[in-house]
This record gives sequence, C-alpha cells and structure tokens, in this order.
Amino acid sequence: MNDLMRENSGVPLLSMRGVKKYFDISPPFLNRVLERKPIQHLRAVDGLDLDIPRGTTFSLVGESGCGKSTVAKLVVGLYRATEGSISFEGVDVTGMPAGKPLALRQRMQMIFQDPYASLNPRWRVRDIIAEPLRSFGLRRSRSEELNEVGRLLDLVGLNAQDGEKYPHEFSGGQRQRISIARAIASNPDFLVCDEPTSALDVSVQAQILNLMKELQEELGLTYLFISHDLAVVNFMSEWIGVMYLGRIVEVGLARYVFAGPQHPYTQLLLETIPDITMQKRDREPVAGEVPNPINPPSGCTFHPRCPHADERCRSELPILAAGASGIMVACHAVHEGRLSVYSAG
Amino acid sequence: MMNNRNADTAPLLEVRDLSIAFDTRRGLLRAVDGMSFKLVPGEILGVVGESGAGKSLTGAAIIGLLEPPGHVSGGEIHFEGTRIDNFSREQMRQMRGKKIGAIFQDPLTSLNPLLTIERQLVETIQTHLNLDSGEARQRAIELLTEVGIPAPEKRIDHYPHQFSGGMRQRVVIALAICAQPKLIIADEPTTALDVSIQAQIIALLKKMCREHGTAVMLITHDMGVIAETCDRVAVMYSGRLAEIGPVHQVVKEPRHPYTRGLMGSIPAIGTGSERLTQIKGAMPRLKDIPPGCAFHPRCSEVMERCSSIKPIPVEINDSEVACLLYEKGT
Amino acid sequence: MNISKLFSVRTMADVWDSDLVYSFKKSRVTVIAAIVTLMIIAASLTAPWIAPHDPFDVATLSLMDSELPPFWVDGGDPRFLLGTDNQGRDVFSVILYGSRISLAVGFISVVLAMAFGICFGLLSGYFGGVIDAVFMRIADIMLSFPTILVALLVSGIVRGVLPREMHENAALVVLVFAIAVTTWVQYARTVRGSTMVERNREYVMAARLVGRNPFAIIFRHIFPNVLGPVLVIATINLAMAILIEATLSFLGVGMPPTNPSLGTLIRVGNEFLFSGVWWVVIFPSLTLVMLVLAVNLLGDWLRDALNPKLR
Repeated sequence: MNDLMRENSGVPLLSMRGVKKYFDISPPFLNRVLERKPIQHLRAVDGLDLDIPRGTTFSLVGESGCGKSTVAKLVVGLYRATEGSISFEGVDVTGMPAGKPLALRQRMQMIFQDPYASLNPRWRVRDIIAEPLRSFGLRRSRSEELNEVGRLLDLVGLNAQDGEKYPHEFSGGQRQRISIARAIASNPDFLVCDEPTSALDVSVQAQILNLMKELQEELGLTYLFISHDLAVVNFMSEWIGVMYLGRIVEVGLARYVFAGPQHPYTQLLLETIPDITMQKRDREPVAGEVPNPINPPSGCTFHPRCPHADERCRSELPILAAGASGIMVACHAVHEGRLSVYSAG
Repeated sequence: MMNNRNADTAPLLEVRDLSIAFDTRRGLLRAVDGMSFKLVPGEILGVVGESGAGKSLTGAAIIGLLEPPGHVSGGEIHFEGTRIDNFSREQMRQMRGKKIGAIFQDPLTSLNPLLTIERQLVETIQTHLNLDSGEARQRAIELLTEVGIPAPEKRIDHYPHQFSGGMRQRVVIALAICAQPKLIIADEPTTALDVSIQAQIIALLKKMCREHGTAVMLITHDMGVIAETCDRVAVMYSGRLAEIGPVHQVVKEPRHPYTRGLMGSIPAIGTGSERLTQIKGAMPRLKDIPPGCAFHPRCSEVMERCSSIKPIPVEINDSEVACLLYEKGT
Repeated sequence: MNISKLFSVRTMADVWDSDLVYSFKKSRVTVIAAIVTLMIIAASLTAPWIAPHDPFDVATLSLMDSELPPFWVDGGDPRFLLGTDNQGRDVFSVILYGSRISLAVGFISVVLAMAFGICFGLLSGYFGGVIDAVFMRIADIMLSFPTILVALLVSGIVRGVLPREMHENAALVVLVFAIAVTTWVQYARTVRGSTMVERNREYVMAARLVGRNPFAIIFRHIFPNVLGPVLVIATINLAMAILIEATLSFLGVGMPPTNPSLGTLIRVGNEFLFSGVWWVVIFPSLTLVMLVLAVNLLGDWLRDALNPKLR
C-alpha cells in the first residue's frame, strides 16, 4: 500500500484491506414493524486499509468514537469483520474467532486498557500468567510452568513470589505489568495494545512505556498501539495512522506526520493538545465536536468542522492517496493543492 | 505581573495547615497532611498530583462536600477573611453556589437527568438571586450564550442526555457561574472529554475567569492542562504540598525532585527521546506513608535526614518548596 | 474449588483478618444468630444420640405418659422436659428429630435450586441469543406457579402413581423437588445478570484470546465472580424453604406424622390446643420461629457485608 513501508520489509506482519465493522443497533423487530422504524447500523469501522511492518510500532490515534478500539478487537478476532480481509503473516485470518487457529493466535496477543478488569480477581497471579502456557500446550510439567511464570514476572519488573498473590494486592501499574507478562507468555510476535496506559498516572505510564520499549527490543515484538494521546504515540511509534469516524485519514511515518501534518483533522489534533512547553497558551480552539457515528455527515465526514471544506467535500468521500513525504492522506483539499503543505523536518 | 499580586492583595482563599483524615478499622489514615496555600481574587491556581495525592479531597473540604468517614482533622480554611471549615451544613449550603461554585469531572452525573436544563438553571439562579421566573429564564439563556451553546432559546428546554459531553460540561460551567461566585473549584473538568473538546472547555474557563474576575482552583492530574491554563500551580504528593509557584517556574524549572521526575516522565511532542524519565516505585498507600519526607524512598537525591525529618515548605522568591535540599543553611 | 479461590485470601489468617469476618465479629446480633443456627443444626444432627427418648419406637411409648405438661408446670415429669403429646411421645425429642427434617428439606432444596439456577443463569447469560430467550421464557413460566400449588400438584401425581405404602417415603423427595422447582428462578436471574456483565470484561476477552473454550471460561472464570450475590440469596432462601416446608406440612401435603417435620408437629399439636394441651404446638412453633429468624439475620448480614457500596 505504501511504498515507504514496502521498502522497509517484505511481507508486512499484519495487513488489513477494506475492513468494515457495522453494528446492528436497530430497534427490536416488533418495534420496527409496528412503528416503521428503519434498520440502523453503527459504522464503527468503515473501510480500513493498513499494513504493519515487522518489528515496528504502528499507532492508531483518534478521539472517542473513531473506531480504533474496534480495530484492535477485529485484529485479534474478538469481533468479526462485516467486510474486508485481515491477514497475519500472509495467512488470511478474517472471520477466525479469537483463539483460533491456536497456532496462529499464539503469535498475537493483546494488552487492555483497564488494569482492574483485565485480571480475574479470583485467580492467583501465577495462574493468570500460566493460562496461556497451559492453553497453548507450552509447558509440560508444573515445575516448568512455575519457572516460566517466575521468569516472566522478573522480565516485567516484578518478583517471582508475586505469583502467589491476588490481583487486588497490586497497584494499577503493577497490574499492567502482570497483563504484559501474560501477553508475552506464549512468546508472541505481535501485540495489540489497546490504550494500555490511559488509565495510569503519568509517572507510572512512563515506567510501563519504557518497559514496553525494552521488551520490544529484547523480544523483537511488533506493536499495534491504540491511543488517544499523541504525545505517547510520538514516543512509542514509528508509524502512525490517524482515524476519524471509522476511517484512516492520514497515515505515515510518525516523525513526518508530527513535523508536517497534512490532513486538517490531524492539524486540529496537534493544535489542541495541551502543550507543556506553553508556546500557544492563548490560541483560539477550533469549534465543533465529533459527530454521532450513527448518522455521519455525507461525503468527507470531517467537512462540518473543516475550514477548507467545499462542495466536493460535502458530497464525495476522499480516498487515501499519497501526499508529501510519503504520507498517505484522505483529503480533497490536499490532493487538489488547496492546502499549503508543510514541509517535513 | 501575576506573581506580584500575591504579595499585595488580600487572599480570597487561605488554607492553613489543612489535614483530612479517615477513620478506618486500621486506625486514623491521613489523606491530606498540612496543606497550606493561598489564592488571590481572579487567579487560576492549579492543583496537580497523581491519583491518591489528596487534591480532590482538598477541593471537597473547601467547598464543604467531604464525604464521611473523611473529615477535617486539623488546620483551617479561610474564605474572604472568614473561617469556613467549621461552618454548619446550612451555612455551607448558602455559601455554595453564591460564593464558591463547583465543576466536577463527570458532566453526566453533575446534571439531573430528569429535569430540563431550564429547570436546573432557573432553580440555581432563583436560589441565589432575587429574580422571578421570567427574568431567571432570560438570565439562563444569557448564560448559555456566554458558554457557547448554540441556539440557546431552543436548547434550554432540552434534557441533559440530548447534549453531547462537551456541551454538558458547558452547561455545568454555566450552572457554576450563574450566581457570580468569587471562587470556582473545578475538579478534573476536562478529563472525561476528548482532546479537541478539552481545549474548548479550557479556553471557556479562562474566558469566564477574565471576564468575571472569578478565581479558579483547577484540580487535575494533567500537567499539560495546567501549563495551558494556570497562573500558579501547587504540586501535591501523598497528601502534602511538594512545591507551589508560578506556572512557568514549576513547569520549566521544577525544584522538588518529585516535580522534576514528574515533568521528565511526561512524553512531549518534539522531544525525541529513547526513554522517559521514570521515578522508581509508586506513591505509597495511605497506611504505608514513610516517616520524614513521604517521597524519600523514591528520591534520586535523598539524604540521610530525609527519612526522619518531615520537610516544611521553604520560600524561594515567589515559590515554596517542601524539600530538605532547599532548607536554609543547606 | 477451595475457599481461598472463592474469597481471594491466601491463608486462614487472612480469612480471620478479612473485612468479611471483621464485620461479622462487630455485629452482635449476627453472632447470636449464627450461634443459634449452629446450635439448632448441631442438635438436630446429633438427635439420635442426645434425644432423651426415641419418639418413634412404639415399644417405649406408654399411654400413661400421655399429655404430660412441661416439667416446670404442676403435673410435669422431669423425664419429659417439654411435656408429651397424646400418645406419650416426648415433645423435646420430637422437636429434635423434626428440626432435622426441616433443615434437611431446607438445605437440599436450596442446594438443588442453586445448582440448577446457576447453570441456567451462566449459560443463558454467556451465550445470549436464542438460548437466553428460551431459558428466560421457561423461567418466566416457572415464576407464575406458586410453590404451594406445585407441591400439591406434584404430591397428587406421586400419590396417584405410587402404591400406598410408598407415599410416606416419597414425601421428602416430593417436598424437596417442589420447593427447588419453584425457587431456582431467582438464582438464574441474578446469575444471568452478573454473567452478562462479566462476559464483557477484559479478563474474559484475554481468556478467549488464548483459545479457551466457552465452558472453561464460564465455569473457571465467570462462575467464581458471580457467586457473591448467590450466597446471599441462598441464605435467605434457606429460611424461606424451611417455612414453605412447614406450611406444606401444616396443610397436610408435606411430611407425615410418622416422620414429622416442625410443620407437621405444629399441625398435629394445633388440634390439641383447645383442650388446653398447649405445649405440643407452642414449642415446635418457637423452634421454627427461632430457626427462621436466625437464618434470616445471617442472610441480612451477609448481604450487607458483601455489598461493596456499603463498605
């Protein structure tokens, strides 16, 4: 899809083409018939293409309702795609439920956002971490299993003795470490990280992000990193995809996108992040809010909030095409040359 | 310019040595321990800290909404020269809204889902101002216009669920300012909102502040929001004040080792670093607060004395730091 | 499933120190209720050994001892602490054996209802869709049958089918079945609700991601987490089951006088009330009231103690 990406590696580790996920939120059958209400769909993901090269971190960024969490769940099979295809290492996994096929899913795992709900409160930590080992048949004996659990706990910065404890005895940051230990237990190549630090305090977030970077190097992991926090994404990823209402509007190398964002929405996001360096303290923020995903605007879904919208934007959906610096953008104004393009760097 | 006001103007709010404790079966737990700070009229003070640092409790104590078994166990709170921490519930109720307003994190629960916006606004307006219902409705519409709600004459009759999150927060701000309070306590007002809406709400708060001369105590864990909004900032750790000063100083040149660690651990766009500064360990639980300085087990510049002497805030220019590194004579 | 998994405690010391036990120790009413319940259970379990007389051994009965008042009243006999009935049976002994039956019916019916209701609720809540719709309609139908009528119905069918000699033996089974069949729905409903909540939690997603099959997820992951409210319902239902059994026996469709429960005793004793023989009905009634009250109080404490919002 992207020349820059193809240059970097052979077959991308994960590929998605034309993926759509529509949720049926129609009123119940009887209501529809009696009150003549239409069938309604929530278009959480509406045509997504992406490639993730091996060994890198690809971040999906966007505000609430953009569909990034849905993408995470589609990749691992927790949701089934309405349309489109997903392939892992060239193997088609579209329509495969979570956990199947066993050999393949062993190589992709997930870390979740909520450190309190991602560990079963009634299980001991060692059982939580051993579960993938048992389920994928990775360790024969009990002592091998315990050794492995101890090694994993150590790897994430906890103690082997912590295996005896229950989740409620740990803080949020420690629980995320346990989640990470569980996720890497099956020796995966690919980790989907769904806002793993959004629920953590900033100093704890720093510990977890550092840990994730170390593990990536040590274990050769590839990350799909979902976040709403652009600064975290800037720190963690090589590639970034910006999502808005179920579509990717801009995708490319993170350092180029941050230096010279092309899509008006990306520019908006970068403008509105509270800035620690306090350079833009009294700027005027752009008006408008993310529209309801049940009834998205026509044409380019961003047009109601876009200062550059014209007639074509209101009626025709833009497609992702190459912009400057190898970045792909879905914007009529950019491709028509109406926007002054930032130069990267 | 802002900084000199502290020295000359009489403080609007003065918190002296405030302590908040909880009675539990394990004994008395101190969630806030000896907090002292001042707020002058029209100033925006940020109170920043991580979860459990005690910042929300401090705000709740000031506005008299501390939930039992939490209670003020020491110190005093003075507002406009009068001591208010020992007010009766009735006295506090009269102050709330009229003199001190509040904005909380979750706009969904701050508004009564069963009443229209008009009912809620008019009720609050008539509680504090002497207007009949026609005048009150007019005033409510003016307020909604001020906070940026489009078509306010129509939307005033809507219910909270018909507004989006950002719009609801605007309504909450309208409710908070309708009786022209001198001070607003805002507890994480933007945390539940998207980043682009967050910027709008912050801009709105600042505008209200400038136009009405309202002071704001902005409680948050988000240093970025503080940097954008506040004149001064207080950093809290384990229920104690670590550092307080003008925002430029605390953010750019933090003095307390905790603040330094905190600032270093915030990822920022434009800084290309391989690793974020990390402070080892975690903030201690209430029952495990170490003796002396609460931060000393995690401090990279810890000294022998830090484990036994509890640091008292020391004045340096317009700031204060509670750290033995800055004691006179060190 | 051992207790440590159920309550997330590491050792017995942790159990003693936990919030649950603390709130128990703190409430005097609950401690007394627990002691009373335990005493009655202990007494009924050891009835064959501690009962001063065997009220079912016809050989030991003598009409000379009939209708004696309790020992502290004029005319009483210290051999028969609480008096005797019209056939010379010692009321105290009969109460001991009767409590046994009442408790047995109560416990067994609760356990049966719980097992069935929990399974129903787990499957319904986890799979949703058609399974849920069907199960819940069945539950709705069950709810529309009052226990008494079901017991009468089942009892009638059994009596019609079985030969006369077996009626009395079947009584216990009929009772247990009738009560279980009408009370399981409560458990199913609660568990279904909790299951639907837990099913969407991230730890369940993580289990799916490592390829665990749905039943493993339901019984190893979700079940321990939905147990809390069920225990509360079970305790309160125990009291209710005992009362229902007493009612049924009182109406004559429960335990027969040859193997009486507390309810039967009350029915039998009721007939003597007007002839001035009050002790045959009063003492079983008091026992029943004490038992039900104690169990109810325990249930109240458990519900408040397990309610996270009240902590």
